[in-house]
Amino acid sequence: MSQRNPILGASPLRKEGRAKVLGAAQYIDDLSLPGMWFGATVRSAVARGRIRSITFSPEIDWSQFTIVRASDIPGENTIVHLTKDHPCLAADAVNHPEEPILLLAHPDKTALIAAVRGVSIDYDELPGVFTIEESEAAVENNDIERIIWPGSDQGGTANCFKQYLMYSGDAKETEDGLAAAFEAADYIVEGEYHTGAQEQLYIENNGVIAECNKDANGKVTDVCVRGSMQCPYYLVHALTLVFNLPEDKCRVIQVETGGAFGGKEDFPSVIGSHAALLAMKCGHPVKITYDRAEDMAATTKRHPSRTRHRTAVSKEGKLLGGSIDVAIDGGAYATLSPVVLSRATIHAPGPYKWPQIRVRAKAMATNIPPHGAFRGFGAPQSLFGLERHMDKIAKVIGLTPEEFRRRNFLATGDCTATGQPLIEPVDMQHLLTRALKEAGYHEKLARFAEENKHSSIKRGVGFASFMHGTGFTGSGERRLNSLVYLDVLEDGRPQILVSSTEFGQGTNTILSQVAAQTLNLPYEDIVVAQPDTSVVPNSGPTVASRTAMIVGKLVERASLQMLAMLRDDVKLPEDYSPAEFKAAALAYRAKHGSLRSSVRYEPPAKIFWDDDLYRGDAYPGYAWAVYVAEVAVDLNTYMATCTRFDALQEVGMVMHPVLAKGQVEGGVAQGIGYALYEKCMWKDGRMMNNQMTNYIMPTSADLPPIHVHFEEVPSIHGPGGAKGIGELPMDGPAPAILNAIENATGVAFNTIPLLPEDIFERFTSFTEPALGGTEYLDPTTDLDTSVEAPEVNA
Amino acid sequence: MSTISFTVNGSRQTLDVAPMKRLLDVLREDLHLTGTKEGCGEGECGACAVLLDGDLVNSCLVPALQVNGSRLCTIEGVSTEGRLHPIQQCFLERGGAQCGICTPGMILATHHLLDKYPNPTMEQIQEGLAGNLCRCTGYMRIFESVQEAASVQKAAKAGAV
Amino acid sequence: MRSDVALYDLVAPATLDAMLEQLASEPGKHTLIAGGTELMVALGVGRLQQHSLLSIQHLRELRFIDVQDDAIHIGSGTTFTDLRRNKAIAADLPLMVQSASWTGSVANQNRGTLGGNICNASPAADTPPALLAYGATVTLVSTNGKRTIPYAEFHQGYKKTALQPDELLHTISVPRTFAGYRQYIRKVGTRNAQAISKIALAAVAKLDGDAIADIRLGAASLADRPVRCTAAEKALLGQRIDAGGLDATVRAARAALATEAKPIDDIRSTAKYRAAVAGNLLEEFLRSLASE
Repeated sequence: MSQRNPILGASPLRKEGRAKVLGAAQYIDDLSLPGMWFGATVRSAVARGRIRSITFSPEIDWSQFTIVRASDIPGENTIVHLTKDHPCLAADAVNHPEEPILLLAHPDKTALIAAVRGVSIDYDELPGVFTIEESEAAVENNDIERIIWPGSDQGGTANCFKQYLMYSGDAKETEDGLAAAFEAADYIVEGEYHTGAQEQLYIENNGVIAECNKDANGKVTDVCVRGSMQCPYYLVHALTLVFNLPEDKCRVIQVETGGAFGGKEDFPSVIGSHAALLAMKCGHPVKITYDRAEDMAATTKRHPSRTRHRTAVSKEGKLLGGSIDVAIDGGAYATLSPVVLSRATIHAPGPYKWPQIRVRAKAMATNIPPHGAFRGFGAPQSLFGLERHMDKIAKVIGLTPEEFRRRNFLATGDCTATGQPLIEPVDMQHLLTRALKEAGYHEKLARFAEENKHSSIKRGVGFASFMHGTGFTGSGERRLNSLVYLDVLEDGRPQILVSSTEFGQGTNTILSQVAAQTLNLPYEDIVVAQPDTSVVPNSGPTVASRTAMIVGKLVERASLQMLAMLRDDVKLPEDYSPAEFKAAALAYRAKHGSLRSSVRYEPPAKIFWDDDLYRGDAYPGYAWAVYVAEVAVDLNTYMATCTRFDALQEVGMVMHPVLAKGQVEGGVAQGIGYALYEKCMWKDGRMMNNQMTNYIMPTSADLPPIHVHFEEVPSIHGPGGAKGIGELPMDGPAPAILNAIENATGVAFNTIPLLPEDIFERFTSFTEPALGGTEYLDPTTDLDTSVEAPEVNA
Repeated sequence: MSTISFTVNGSRQTLDVAPMKRLLDVLREDLHLTGTKEGCGEGECGACAVLLDGDLVNSCLVPALQVNGSRLCTIEGVSTEGRLHPIQQCFLERGGAQCGICTPGMILATHHLLDKYPNPTMEQIQEGLAGNLCRCTGYMRIFESVQEAASVQKAAKAGAV
Repeated sequence: MRSDVALYDLVAPATLDAMLEQLASEPGKHTLIAGGTELMVALGVGRLQQHSLLSIQHLRELRFIDVQDDAIHIGSGTTFTDLRRNKAIAADLPLMVQSASWTGSVANQNRGTLGGNICNASPAADTPPALLAYGATVTLVSTNGKRTIPYAEFHQGYKKTALQPDELLHTISVPRTFAGYRQYIRKVGTRNAQAISKIALAAVAKLDGDAIADIRLGAASLADRPVRCTAAEKALLGQRIDAGGLDATVRAARAALATEAKPIDDIRSTAKYRAAVAGNLLEEFLRSLASE
């Protein structure tokens, strides 16, 4: 039957778009429940220590307040992700600034302000570690006092949440091969690359409203949490442990979410558990919302990283072998660090052929609020190191950055560093050619080289070539075992039931497109159920760029299955109109009571992944990209600005051109911030610039025109051939920009964020410190936004 | 407590509020107009922007007392009886809204911009919206939405003459 | 939101005289609030120590731009948007328009006032460098009358101004004597818009042939208050900007500036960077004098 109105590949209006432009969309802070109280969190003022005493100010009538301590937790005092090291509330000790210790609730939100201030906590402080190097040193020197994390039964050792060791072949053979490669190499190139923490900075802060019911004996029977989040079922799981309840007694409902970017992937397990505990103890629904200062200081950020490369290269410009060491800073508790590390490890070799490669990776513990998911999830970190290093190698051996890539790109049929054969076509040569052409790269190289001679503004171009694996690693999707329902409602409209959430990236819209296209019905007729775990099945978390490809495919299969059900059972004609579909669906409903098509994820027959050796098919699919940055560096102010950006990616199939463009543009903007603006200023583990005035995100006046280009090579895994694109755009900008800055100035910078103070330091001192310039910033001094009263002449 | 009287979206309101209560909180809590959002509380993100006597202002920085006698327009007042304003329609069609949390403030900033500059240059658009932070879009779809709204409004004016 | 607004008092005396009466009756008790773009931020983060506030935002007596032959008199309640829209200021005092245009965002410019910017007295404030370079004077009023002092004497220390507890800043007067002057202002912030100054320099200079006949330099974030760079001005007076003399002039100016620049390391930038870039801005200005 021919497609009436092909909607996949078109740009229909965003499903919840009308409500958003009207200002009618209801985010969590727009909602109230009858009798609702408000909650607040009392947090650690020190990075590490034992809690000696807690005193409550006599000036406050504490009888009005509900206070929750660790001892009130009915189940386990843990926020579970992969290990149980992360307390829900600190009991005897704290391991990072802002660690939650007590929770307070009161009917009047304003009363909480003085109450939080009215709790005094004394600590016996312990020495803390605040960088990867300090954490490593504690282990190397057997400095017991600075072993801040003991290890785990999940492969964690002292101060180290997780390690990976990845070889391109058999371990012994590869070690021998590497030794031989370095022996035979015409060039050995080493480099070290650093990335800083990054705050997700969703414009809507974290917030939840929780309810708790108890039986006549005061025992908790069920909890319900509404909130701003990405993964309702993650919170369900967390609640089952905190409350010692089965899953079906822990209901979670995602409400309209104002941006997430990973910052609301694992963190809602914390705030959601907190609100539920307060609801339990006070007997009322409880809302907890963070203001910006609290959200920035206390919640997760992108893992800082350090990548070391040692590469053997032939004079023909071929990679002979490489050793890559990746380290990330996980903060005080493991949370998702092992998974971030996994992605960093697998992406470290990039889109290149490595005859021999070894990647060693580790996630270190520090006394900083735990780091968590942020778009890209480890790949931006290791790809930054790789793509900077590729330019370095090119320079050392005397090839252009372009030529060196061309001699080493993976191609269709090649195996990746994990041994995954690239069965689906990939043509990096073509992508590179096209990207450079779209960006006017060669013309600019020549023109800028000339113009720079006579200008104090140095201009340059640079690029990064990379890929991003979509879906969960290896057997992850099999383990997730995602389930999707497609129902037909009483009025005949199909309804999609998934736990995949909308937070701006277009989940509701693209899944509706898939259903509409497959069912051959109007897009407007498709409904997406609110992700309420009491009604929607677990289609997995909304992460890892998996929604379009994995969940979309399930929606496609559910739609096909529904058509088969209707054909078999109520004789839906081969060629049906929407009215005929509705009639058949309603007839089915009348006959059986309801109409539900339920499908579960089926792993492709031939996916092989070895979790111990880290070998095999790492991801179901890859999107491939080349990004080109044009920069200007003003030598009067040492400010580097991105003046134009071209982003070319091969994504399988562009499901919705407007949404897809928006995803890439937004990701590139975040990448530009990551490279040039967004610096977290730490003092003893605490983020000191936890306000928008001092955490610098690029405004509309700072960002360049961003040109987005797509190629489509359909993948068998996604609906219509689509691959995921949500995170890919985060990987390319930072290395492309720093490559461009090196082209513009002749100076190699290897640390991001790269601020003017760093550029200034290098230009005036010509040394190459690991961190330069901004280490002289004093995060404790702020004369301009500090709000001391102006001194009045007495 | 102070008694303040003002007009919001054409409708007169009289309230007893603490004079230093933030206009943002008056709108959201006293008037239940939750379309205006709090993103930062420090006048940096623009999510709380409203029109006060025709001027774009950040409502998190306006004390209630100073609104006495004024005329306010919030996002709820931009559409007419459920009919989208051309700016809203363009944001909807051109992908100007992703997560939507910055959208009310962004639409009001656009409204204010197009009042001053019906034919804005890209530079004027960038400057006019620089006080409204969007973390989702990278601004490109927003610029397109604004440009489209400008030409729609221009055409409507020409048609109306 | 970290303050209990019930603990704050805000009244709006109907006239300027009533305002001055209030200030006189309880000196030091009240704090004036105009557009609120500084004080309301403090309220939001829970650090507004002044609990008794007087609103001047509505006083028409303070919001004016009075263009006379010899000077432009600007009421302290004039907003940044008012400044940007005024044709006389655009023609005669372009550095005022520039600095108003990069103060915060459009929304903040609609509310923020020139008086508030000056009286809040941040060393990084955007309008003081231009006002210093233009040699503005300020008129302070109280129930005792009024007094006018050079703006250069207004800032006495970190967030310490010449205002007496019963005084209010009424007018900022800027002479209209800069026709024929070359003018320059540049702000270096953390980003292109909505940024706090790391360093800003305003410069006006009159040339007599190839020599500098008059020069005034105002700077932000080079000290604990907005400053005139008097050492650099002294070193530049009479210096040559032709091909033969320019390099030496630049060197002398940089050296002099280095003696008086006392920037700090803070959360936003470093002392070294600020000092270096200040010198670069000054050089940029001097070279621009030569090139036209």
